Amino acid sequence: MAELTYRDAVIRGIAQEMTRDPDVVFLGEDVAKAGGVFKATVGLYEQFGPLRVRDTPISEQAILGAAMGAAMTGLKPIAEIMFSDFFAVCFDYIANEFPKSRYMSNGQVKCPLVVRTGNGAGSRFGAQHSQSVENWCMMIPGLKVVAPSNPRDVIGLLAAAVRDPDPVIFLEHKSLYATKGEVPDGEIVDSLGTAKVLRSGKDATICALALMVPRALEAAEKLKAEHGIDCEVVDVRSLVPLDTQTILGSIAKTHRLFTVEENPRLCGWGAEIVSIAADEAFYDFDGPPVRITTPHLPLPAADILEDIVLPTPDRIAETVRRSLGS
Amino acid sequence: MATAKDRAQAKAGSGLNDDIGEQKRLEMYRTQVVIREAEQRAYDLFLQNLVKGTSHLSLGQEAVAAGFAGAMKQGDLSFCTYRGHAHTLARGVPVEKVLGELMQRDNGLMRGKGGSMHLTSVDHGVMGSYAIIGAHLPIACGAAWRAQYKGAKDVSVCFFGDGTTNIGAFHEALNFAAVWKLPVIFVCENNLYMEYTPIGDVTAVPQPAADRASAYGLERILIDGNDADVVYRTAQAAFEKARAGEGPSLIECLTYRYSGHSRADPAKYRPEGELDRWKLRDPIKIYRERLLQFGVAEKIITDIDAQVRKIVDDATEACKAAPPPPLDIITTDVYADGGWAWRN
Repeated sequence: MAELTYRDAVIRGIAQEMTRDPDVVFLGEDVAKAGGVFKATVGLYEQFGPLRVRDTPISEQAILGAAMGAAMTGLKPIAEIMFSDFFAVCFDYIANEFPKSRYMSNGQVKCPLVVRTGNGAGSRFGAQHSQSVENWCMMIPGLKVVAPSNPRDVIGLLAAAVRDPDPVIFLEHKSLYATKGEVPDGEIVDSLGTAKVLRSGKDATICALALMVPRALEAAEKLKAEHGIDCEVVDVRSLVPLDTQTILGSIAKTHRLFTVEENPRLCGWGAEIVSIAADEAFYDFDGPPVRITTPHLPLPAADILEDIVLPTPDRIAETVRRSLGS
Repeated sequence: MATAKDRAQAKAGSGLNDDIGEQKRLEMYRTQVVIREAEQRAYDLFLQNLVKGTSHLSLGQEAVAAGFAGAMKQGDLSFCTYRGHAHTLARGVPVEKVLGELMQRDNGLMRGKGGSMHLTSVDHGVMGSYAIIGAHLPIACGAAWRAQYKGAKDVSVCFFGDGTTNIGAFHEALNFAAVWKLPVIFVCENNLYMEYTPIGDVTAVPQPAADRASAYGLERILIDGNDADVVYRTAQAAFEKARAGEGPSLIECLTYRYSGHSRADPAKYRPEGELDRWKLRDPIKIYRERLLQFGVAEKIITDIDAQVRKIVDDATEACKAAPPPPLDIITTDVYADGGWAWRN
């Protein structure tokens, strides 16, 4: 067992998979010699050499297209798109090419690749370097989408993503890179499509993803300490495949549902979960499900403004408290 | 635009045992006839409402497909655009499979799940036909990267039209391939029109691909795309370069599209007489004359014509008799587990 940062977990996760399988290769902007703009790939170039860890030009379409061509013909590429906002300049691959090639070819074409990207707010970078784009990806049939909230999950889910035969979008949260967590020694392999109950409780279910997970946990402790409200916190982890059984199981126990989403409100993943719960668990509810989201806004840069728009532990706790009428 | 060597050889009436040889020439002739007959049949079947959806024909552009396919080895990979029937047929994919897909029958190459614009036959090295302009240039780079990484000797060949040279992915891929010295060949079929607009009206340089080559440190290669021998020889040089680890080539082939952009386009924007002038340089006509000049018996040529006609006739009947795809394939092959489940 060692304490590791989320950033170092990314390095360890990639290294674990590159050590295991020589067909795993890694490409992106500034990822090799410079070790990544977030320093999340430091040492990989030195460890695995210039044939397997490759710097690219600022050409996001070339990066994702090359990853796809390599994946189709037998490699297992990991491609980095520096900021998830840049998905917008290479979205053809994410929306049209990766996820549809297998279907359109009647199963002939395979696309086993991982796109890692820095997602989310908190760095005061403004509206084009801070977005949470999980909902851009979740809506596309044929993709898988995961977003770890802690170092152990970074390694385990990254390993699962690399070993998965489908294209996986792997969303790393920029504001989590410096956070620490306990990580067991040895190989870690998790499974996609599994949510985790991180805190057990009986009064309300709070579903959260990535940076919103530690905030939901903090809110839960506050609610317990200050109001005696006992919340269950579910780390959704994987949007596609979606572990609805864990979420519905928790609702059956607590009878209330809150989602905490960093993405702007419209078409956020929480809306899908609420919709599923309404269809399949309506009579389990003691009150309406509530979505706690970033408002439907571009993100402002200034710290005082950005801090207001993202869901905070205080906003989560206050929303739950009011909703439960305590 | 035949080379001096071609002209000298043709005049001499020998050349059967030159660098191309009779067997390869007959193979490339046959490929061109297969494409011509199958594409013409696709058009006829469209008029009978038996080809559904859209289709983009390569009538008039057969020599590019035949010349490159002639120079490919087994294991080389083709990446095509939505105008991909020709390149798919040129790799030996059966006519019935192609027409079946165009007619959206269960015997189609992808059982009707892809359609005309997405012909794919991995077993034949046809790694897909891509309907988003430019998308497949970076993908071909990736396949070439795999070959480079694995030390394999296969080459990826990426075919596209003149219009593609104005999209960002073209420029990203050319730079990427040149910097990484990838074994990939980019083949621009300049048929003078991006969809409905003359390419010259929307491009800053006269030759949309060749005039861009220097920006990526590549040789300027502009050839007669209606002469399969010229295409074949140019392709061979590019394959040799790629297999030797010397990086990519960009080849602009001048040719002409006899039909409109797609089935919906009567091509009324073309100046009068342009089509007729190009038909004087019809690739199959050129090649038939060359074979005769080289002393190939006319009977051999007409036998090929008849065999191909019968293959296309038989394929047409087989497709007409084939059932539509079964409904249960709607939800197959979304994910690698064979299904479409996104939740538990």
